[in-house]
Amino acid sequence: MSKRVYLDYSATTPMKKEVLDEMLPYFTEKFGNPSSIYSFGREAKQAVDTARERVAKLIGAKTNEIYFTAGGSEADNWAIKGIAYANKDRGNHIITTKIEHHAVLHVCEYLEKNGFDVTYLDVDKYGLIDLEVLKNAITDKTILISIMFANNEIGTIQPIKQIGQIAKERGIIFHTDAVQALGNVEIDVDELNIDLMSMSAHKIYGPKGIGALYIRKGVKIHSFVHGGAQERRRRAGTENVPGIVGFGKAALMAMENMDHHINHLKMLREKLIKGIMEKIDYVRLNGHPEKRLPGNVNMVYEFIEGESLLLSLDMVGIAASSGSACTSGSLDPSHVLMAIGLPHEIAHGSLRLTIGDFTTEEDIDYVLEQLPKIVDRLRQMSPLYENVKGGQK
Amino acid sequence: MYSEKVMDHFTNPRNVGEIENADGVGQVGNAKCGDIMKIYLKIENDIIEDVKFKTFGCGSAIASSSIATEMIKGKTIQEALELTNKAVVEALGGLPAAKVHCSILAEQAVKAALLDYAQKNNIEIKGLEDFNPDADHHEHHDEEIDE
Repeated sequence: MSKRVYLDYSATTPMKKEVLDEMLPYFTEKFGNPSSIYSFGREAKQAVDTARERVAKLIGAKTNEIYFTAGGSEADNWAIKGIAYANKDRGNHIITTKIEHHAVLHVCEYLEKNGFDVTYLDVDKYGLIDLEVLKNAITDKTILISIMFANNEIGTIQPIKQIGQIAKERGIIFHTDAVQALGNVEIDVDELNIDLMSMSAHKIYGPKGIGALYIRKGVKIHSFVHGGAQERRRRAGTENVPGIVGFGKAALMAMENMDHHINHLKMLREKLIKGIMEKIDYVRLNGHPEKRLPGNVNMVYEFIEGESLLLSLDMVGIAASSGSACTSGSLDPSHVLMAIGLPHEIAHGSLRLTIGDFTTEEDIDYVLEQLPKIVDRLRQMSPLYENVKGGQK
Repeated sequence: MYSEKVMDHFTNPRNVGEIENADGVGQVGNAKCGDIMKIYLKIENDIIEDVKFKTFGCGSAIASSSIATEMIKGKTIQEALELTNKAVVEALGGLPAAKVHCSILAEQAVKAALLDYAQKNNIEIKGLEDFNPDADHHEHHDEEIDE
């Protein structure tokens, strides 16, 4: 296998060379503990401060509203548990959706076992929530609304500003998991009425193991890790300085490249969708046609199963992902594909291709050359395809 | 994640296709669970002269059906009936725990095709009396975690 094409940028992104270069000194010569007062500590602290400023700037926040975490899942956990327990004197009701990342869903399920009530909103066939349904779900006990910015599987972008507005009018705290949206959508936390927002560095060409939670000043939240005074006493533990520096650099680059990045991804996305539609029958696009992440192409290929599609693509060097049950170890296809109303047998044939900064037109051409052959081969093997060949369906 | 043998049978599956006027056809699984196997048999003088399969499913489902057809081709009906899912797993050089149900499907698809043959020819095959091709083959193995 010579050619390799990576189309799973929603899973993780390669780190940019510039990011690595900026991180490297903080492993070795600039190794100090930011809490130490001597020069070694001061230069590390300075680096953390700069990174915090850069992340804040990317989302229109104040520097002291950014709290570094070990990643997106930790940020989600902290936001939801921290808000729930700090505000339980005001109520015990949380509203979220059926298509959240498991870092949100499983926290909500955990809270349900501990005295909280959770409403999981339905979504329409595009993966969008209904704002009227959201309004009607609010009770006088609702303390938190947690709705993801953009979905990791199907790429659908929610009406975040309106959701934030609804929450604000009712005095409810609004958290959004923006792990997939960061760097791919313009975000201004003030304009969008966001109170808490989860972020991750490795989705924006930064390192793994570092993320952040934006917490609007004045929001009542419990500390996540008790101990030292790091992160304004809310998340103790010596800072992951190289990681934080890398996140800062990635955030800076994301801000500077935003327009070019979005246009590049959208152009390739449209080329890929159009090519697949032209070359392969019985396919459909999952998610919203316009309100979607610039790099997300999630489609269903009827009569075949996603894992065998992934294996076949891997053999020709193409890395992708699927919502099929067989890739998750459970018997059900992804909860997101179920929530948008796909029947099981259709959902099993889903394939997600996600495009990033290093994807080229040649990569897309290569996929458009390989994918139809693979789909055809698997369909020839499928008992579900027999009736279709004759023209009936 | 998969053995070389599984990848070999997934990449170059043996005996893919259909047999026209097959003597026995068996289909098990359902699209809801993500896998369907269909096996066609040509039987002469108690010997499985030819066998073909079609499978909708993951890599291990395709590999399991492929190797199962190889294992019963040229065998007697009784020998084919002795094909167990364990033998399929062993022949494949192992399957991940979550994929063992694919091998069970393969065993059941062979039995379902033999049952169809028996019913078409109004004969009884010893060992198939209690076989129910529609029985649920799936088992859940979720780990319980204390919180």
